Amino acid sequence: MNRRASEHANGLMIELTAVTKVYGAGQAAVRALRGIDLRINQGEFVAVMGPSGSGKSTCMNILGCLDTPTSGVYRFQGLDVGTLTRNQRALLRRRYLGFVFQGYNLLNRTSALENVELPLLYRGVLAGKRRVRALQALESVGLTGWESHTPGELSGGQQQRVAIARAIVTDPAVLFADEPTGNLDSAMGREIMELLSALNDERGITVVMVTHEPEMAKFARRTIRFRDGRIESDGRDGGAA
Amino acid sequence: MLWSILLLALREIRRNVLRSSLTILGIVIGVAAVITMVTIGGGATAKVTADVRSLGSNLIEVMPGQGPRPGGARESAAMFKIEDAEAIAREVSGLAAMAPVATKTMQAISGSANWSTTVTGTTNAYLQVRNWSPAGGRQFTDDELRAGSAVCLLGATVRKELLGGQDPVGVTIRLQKLSCQVIGVLAKKGQTSFGMDQDDLILVPLRMLQRRIAGNTDVGAISVSARDGVSTEKVQRDIERLLRERRRITPDKDDDFHVRNMQQLVSTLAGTTRVLTALLGAVGTVSLLVGGIGIMNIMLVSVTERTREIGIRLAIGALEREVLVQFLVEAAVLSSFGGLVGIGLGLAAAAAGATALEVPFILNLGIVTLAFVFSAAVGVVFGFFPARQAARLDPIEALRHE
Repeated sequence: MNRRASEHANGLMIELTAVTKVYGAGQAAVRALRGIDLRINQGEFVAVMGPSGSGKSTCMNILGCLDTPTSGVYRFQGLDVGTLTRNQRALLRRRYLGFVFQGYNLLNRTSALENVELPLLYRGVLAGKRRVRALQALESVGLTGWESHTPGELSGGQQQRVAIARAIVTDPAVLFADEPTGNLDSAMGREIMELLSALNDERGITVVMVTHEPEMAKFARRTIRFRDGRIESDGRDGGAA
Repeated sequence: MLWSILLLALREIRRNVLRSSLTILGIVIGVAAVITMVTIGGGATAKVTADVRSLGSNLIEVMPGQGPRPGGARESAAMFKIEDAEAIAREVSGLAAMAPVATKTMQAISGSANWSTTVTGTTNAYLQVRNWSPAGGRQFTDDELRAGSAVCLLGATVRKELLGGQDPVGVTIRLQKLSCQVIGVLAKKGQTSFGMDQDDLILVPLRMLQRRIAGNTDVGAISVSARDGVSTEKVQRDIERLLRERRRITPDKDDDFHVRNMQQLVSTLAGTTRVLTALLGAVGTVSLLVGGIGIMNIMLVSVTERTREIGIRLAIGALEREVLVQFLVEAAVLSSFGGLVGIGLGLAAAAAGATALEVPFILNLGIVTLAFVFSAAVGVVFGFFPARQAARLDPIEALRHE
């Protein structure tokens, strides 16, 4: 079940060792993760599946440095995330990670261009450069011409593409996608998946994606299934069941 | 970075114009109130001080009878005589001038014009005491004063009512049955802030009023001015001691005369307007405070409303500090904008009010600066709590927020 780094020529990006996560305390304690060992290499496209409450979202939050493990070690590019402060984790997200959410999570009443510029703003990129890079990112998701539209004026698929543009505008090492096609019909969902695949293929961005839909998971080259806070299976090429 | 945060804040404010303007309303009203009240108060103080000063610098007036006091019951008291006035001039040190005064209200007639005014019998020293100057003609000669000749100086109002544009010098007017030659006119002094027309009077030699009009030797009041640098209070005490002695008032009795010290009046009036200004300023400060609480309230609502947005910002790598600063800057920009609007409104209202109340408009840059700084500070202070609330949100929770 567990993979070793030596099996891959690529660099090790993510390494979880005996990670647990417990919410609450005493009788009411919920053991969301019960010992996860996981390695993800640079350039992989991983689908994470599993029923609700299986711990996959908790695991994603930890991988995305939004949360920390109760016990165990999470190394991101060799760095022990558990020892970082809240601010240091924010800096790490800012520098290396991109996020795409099921509900798009764009800023309302803000143009697509401004939404995409936002992460660059926090990076301190100057206005002129910010605009150029945001326009490039929007172009790479096929939204040239839609820069000045606000989320309310865009379709769900277009909004998700804006969100992807926002996630990749900083050239992240890893892109975390939490049910990116969950709110879309299957045609639009496939478009989004093709876009993620292309980003993975052409730009070498590591993609870790949570999904319910086996059809979408097929786009990934590796599928990890969660059940009851543990990894149930971990298979290559569209996923062993 | 700070510049981008400022831009973010401005963008956020622009995005919700109605809410932003309602938020700053409290600050606008508070600042406008403080500015208006303090500016008009300052103008009123300046006007009252100038008015009292125009009555005569260092002026002290002595009148028979007890002064106005609560209850109203007063004992009647004997009038002064010219000897009392001369004794004051002789024995009280530090005087610049002394003028005995006797007045009578009567009709002045010239041709068909007819005007009721106050005829004041006095000496040339009256003009000195009152800080006044003739605008034309001459003053009384010693002979006229000694003889009580029928000559007079007209106040500006009387001149206008009786003679219109006519050259007054040499004209003869009638005071009841008495003919009286005009030898000069007085410069215009205008109204006091108490609404009294200072130019509605006719000056005649004291002896002329006593003998030919009143038919007695009474002196109704003694006006005295102290020399510059001499304490008017000391002069007042000396006059009181001298008069008690001359009027044989035993130590167990109250004075049967009263002394009005203009310097005292100036400081009393100035003190009163200062207290009023401070009071009005305090009312304004309270509304500023209420405005600040309004800002805190709206910012807290805005934090709840924008929880998801904050979650997004935190997830894509905004630092706690950056979210804090963004909200603080938003609050500070809002409130200092409110302060600017309030300053503009307040100055406009003060200018209008100053015109309506006929007080000078005096721009007090100190209070303008203070109001601006204070309003910005209100934003920072009352914005801090909501801003910290926002910055400490858990990004996971915040993203899940609907």
